[in-house]
Amino acid sequence: MARVTPDDVRHVAMLARIALSDHDVRQLEQELTRLLDYMDQLRRVATDGVEPTTHVLPLKNVLREDVIQPGLRSDVVATLAPHRQGAFVKVPKVLE
Amino acid sequence: MNEWLTLTAQALAEQLRRGELQPSDVLRALAARIADINPLVHAYIEADLESALTRAAVLERGPRRGKLYGVPIGVKDNICVAGRETACASRILAGFRAPYAATVIQRLEAEGAVMFGRLNMDEFAFGSSTETSAYGITKNPWDLDRIPGGSSGGSAAAVAADCAFACLGSDTGGSIRQPAALCGVVGLKPTYGRVSRYGLIAFASSLDQIGPLTKDVTDAALLLEVIAGHDPADSTSAPLEVPSYTQHLTASVEGLRIGIPQEYLGAGLDPEVKAALAAAGQQLEQLGMRCEPVTMPHTPSAIATYYLIATAEASSNLARYDGVQYGLRVTDGTGTTLRAMYEQTRAQGLGAEAKRRILLGTYALSRGYYEAYYLKALKVRTLIKQDFDRAFERYDCLLTPTSPTPAFRIGERIHDPLSMYLSDICTISANLAGVPALSLPCGLTRDGLPLGMQLLGRPFEEARLLQIAYAYEQATAWHTKHPEAVAHA
Repeated sequence: MARVTPDDVRHVAMLARIALSDHDVRQLEQELTRLLDYMDQLRRVATDGVEPTTHVLPLKNVLREDVIQPGLRSDVVATLAPHRQGAFVKVPKVLE
Repeated sequence: MNEWLTLTAQALAEQLRRGELQPSDVLRALAARIADINPLVHAYIEADLESALTRAAVLERGPRRGKLYGVPIGVKDNICVAGRETACASRILAGFRAPYAATVIQRLEAEGAVMFGRLNMDEFAFGSSTETSAYGITKNPWDLDRIPGGSSGGSAAAVAADCAFACLGSDTGGSIRQPAALCGVVGLKPTYGRVSRYGLIAFASSLDQIGPLTKDVTDAALLLEVIAGHDPADSTSAPLEVPSYTQHLTASVEGLRIGIPQEYLGAGLDPEVKAALAAAGQQLEQLGMRCEPVTMPHTPSAIATYYLIATAEASSNLARYDGVQYGLRVTDGTGTTLRAMYEQTRAQGLGAEAKRRILLGTYALSRGYYEAYYLKALKVRTLIKQDFDRAFERYDCLLTPTSPTPAFRIGERIHDPLSMYLSDICTISANLAGVPALSLPCGLTRDGLPLGMQLLGRPFEEARLLQIAYAYEQATAWHTKHPEAVAHA
């Protein structure tokens, strides 16, 4: 039986960088508990000696020649940013 | 309604190539149809006629060639079309204009297609009903009080309502097939790696595939053969030749062995869906195939497995929406720190279901829970894939319902996330195993709602699925039915 506490919700919200109201926390506590209760059925599946599958295709380390390829221009990409200065993205101060 | 609007993409392309119609005339007629119907169905977020006409004018000055010469194609709002807004139906990406075109778009345009319209979807493809879109709900053309399915609900509804000749969707857990079934059109999720994901805004990178939603099986074959194939820009695209799916549609299906997984027929299956599937099995037998029951014992674990893996991958993929590089940025005046900007931007830019999935995925990946949830799910994924490997040793194809029920009512499940997740029971295993799967119409309920059957095949055997589906379609008339609710708007 999964038990998600309000502190658990605040912790994952901090990790995911999402601000939550107290109301959000209470609601997500209930929703995540119910969902994880359902997920807990997997505990009953025997997986000893079973390898995990992260990916279904037998492709590993796809390489190409080390030659410069055309890419998106940084000045064009910077125009997508909500705040910018020239070809740079502007953000609030990082250090206090 | 203009008579050409009911044509398939292939039939339209033939008329356009012969010069009997002009691409710009088709676009104007389609735009008029959308203007009539979209206020009822809301399949399109936007349909910019001017940019499409500019493209049509270029085509009209050149030679009339290409498999999709002059054919308008609708695009789900998570596939990048250069210079066009692409927002995944989310506030957090509002205003984002894609600086490049997805590989599938480049390939369609190289065959003469005209991209026309942004199709509505669940926000970031998180949903099975198109109710989580930040741009409003799409309605099912067969019953405007019901959902069209999701997440490619706009694409499916547009094709069903003759507001599009064909559309692209994306399928992470059934997002092409389930809306195709609920709207009475054909939807194909290719094998993982068959179609490049370059320019598809990522939800769950080990599960996502782009595919077509079309009026018939021939169009699904046509669009797949145009968009499929290796792409150096997507390292997970398979370096394999692409067969000519349209040329092999009529291959014999006699003697093929069809497995019917019994786990898909259990509790929760609507009786009318069950009856339609039994009739579909009989039809395949009349066409010379042999249907037998098969067991796939790990099927009941698929939803829990899927929602752990998909949300874990989504929590990582959506970390990039932080107000820095594109889309929405929320700051509360001066003195805001970078951290506060991230948290406020995501709090205000993401909808409730997106937050729920990001937090569930973050939880499953976090210290102390990684092994119990995420790693466990990856191991069960192996067992689910092995079920398919074993079934395909004996059977050429598997037959299941696409959805356990016909379209449900708007609002019926949106406040109960688990009940919404459970509606994906028939479609998610194909994504976990990476196998191709196709949904096609196989009946109508007493209330006149469409039902779909799903064919699942061995990896990279889309050609066989299409052959079986084509044979079934030739023998039945379900694909010719049209929704009355939007017939004469």
